[in-house]
Amino acid sequence: MKQQSMLTHGVILGTFCLGFALLLAVTNRVTAQDIAARALEDRQNSLSQVIPDSIHDNNPVTDTVAMKDGQGNEITVYRATKEGKVTGVAYEIFGSGYAGKMKLMLGVDAEGKVLGVRVLAHKETPGLGDKIEVKKGDWILRFSGLSIGNPPVEKWKVKKDGGQFDQFAGATITPRGVVRAIREGLEFFAANKAQMMDMNASNAPMKEGH
Amino acid sequence: MTTEYKTIVRDGLWENNGVLAMLLGLCPTMAMTTSATNGLGMGLATAVVMAASSLLVSAFRSRITQEVRIPVYILIVAAMVTLVDLCMNAWMHELYKVLGLFIALIVSNCLPLARLEAFAAKEPVLPSFMDGLFMGIGFTIALTSIGAVREITGAGTLFADASLLLGPAFKFMEMKLMSPDKGVLMMILPPGGFLVAGLLVVCKRILDVRAGKAIQMGGAHSAA
Repeated sequence: MKQQSMLTHGVILGTFCLGFALLLAVTNRVTAQDIAARALEDRQNSLSQVIPDSIHDNNPVTDTVAMKDGQGNEITVYRATKEGKVTGVAYEIFGSGYAGKMKLMLGVDAEGKVLGVRVLAHKETPGLGDKIEVKKGDWILRFSGLSIGNPPVEKWKVKKDGGQFDQFAGATITPRGVVRAIREGLEFFAANKAQMMDMNASNAPMKEGH
Repeated sequence: MTTEYKTIVRDGLWENNGVLAMLLGLCPTMAMTTSATNGLGMGLATAVVMAASSLLVSAFRSRITQEVRIPVYILIVAAMVTLVDLCMNAWMHELYKVLGLFIALIVSNCLPLARLEAFAAKEPVLPSFMDGLFMGIGFTIALTSIGAVREITGAGTLFADASLLLGPAFKFMEMKLMSPDKGVLMMILPPGGFLVAGLLVVCKRILDVRAGKAIQMGGAHSAA
């Protein structure tokens, strides 16, 4: 047993790799469907928070257009339609916060007014920056109904920068990032309205998050 | 036989506790103990991985040669972590949303690897399984305690969102002890993790000294 050749060790290691690869392949197969279903539910959940049920008779999760946003990120635009007309769209926007990138979902109606914004993921300081979550405070709700022009574009800043949005006690960078992300999101809508509203825009193949 | 299992249980839970005595697996310990619930979830996931990988390593111990044992151990731990990750994503999705990012951290936790090398590689299947399981439960207890202290002092709550982790029946565990404004924010931030973990190690040693036991230096016992 002491003098086993390199080959023997290789075969042992290889056999273990093969065996566990098989095990993982089987598990992946068994769980794939459920995982895809959960991901769809999550997306549906975050969409239903920024697109009210009353404005659509389709399923926005499956009516999508693939686009590139201002920063070059590939994003999926989810569309709410009613009686054959696009009544609103929702898409992910990104802001830079105190501790890295923040991911938000922005819903916009056909006139360019905010339907709702929700934070999907962030790494901001607990107790300070995390008040942007709807669970921790209602700050994020104040954007509903606003648009570029109401307030005017130069007022789309936190108060400290001469704008009209409150920052939090002890946290300015986080709200500044959120306000800026929403403003850019609305400008993106204005610039790409025609493509987003086009009923003939082809549905992008659904891409999984992973 | 029974005394052997008693030793395994006592070693895992207290004497040779992965975090409080051996000071292993500190990366997930610091990252995941911002609340008692997070600590509990991370601990339980680690316990499952440890029990399963100890069992497998022990079952194959006569086939694994000395020269390739480390890659094989890592392979087994990584496979178990991926398995838990996929299953949780599919069937315990609410929990997965809380812990998902940190499950992968279990691979980098040196505690499972240490127990495979020190115990499962030599012992029969059942004791190895028990060792992995109770080392995991000991890890869970340590993480939940650190999380509880940090959560109470930092956020004024205890077991917040426990119902997301364990199901709606456990809503009663969620406690609000004081207003969140009174909390010391630092306790939830990384320094709090080091402070509380250090304090708990001290507490354990004081208790051990009171009980008249000699203090074991970290790892010395497991290497024996």
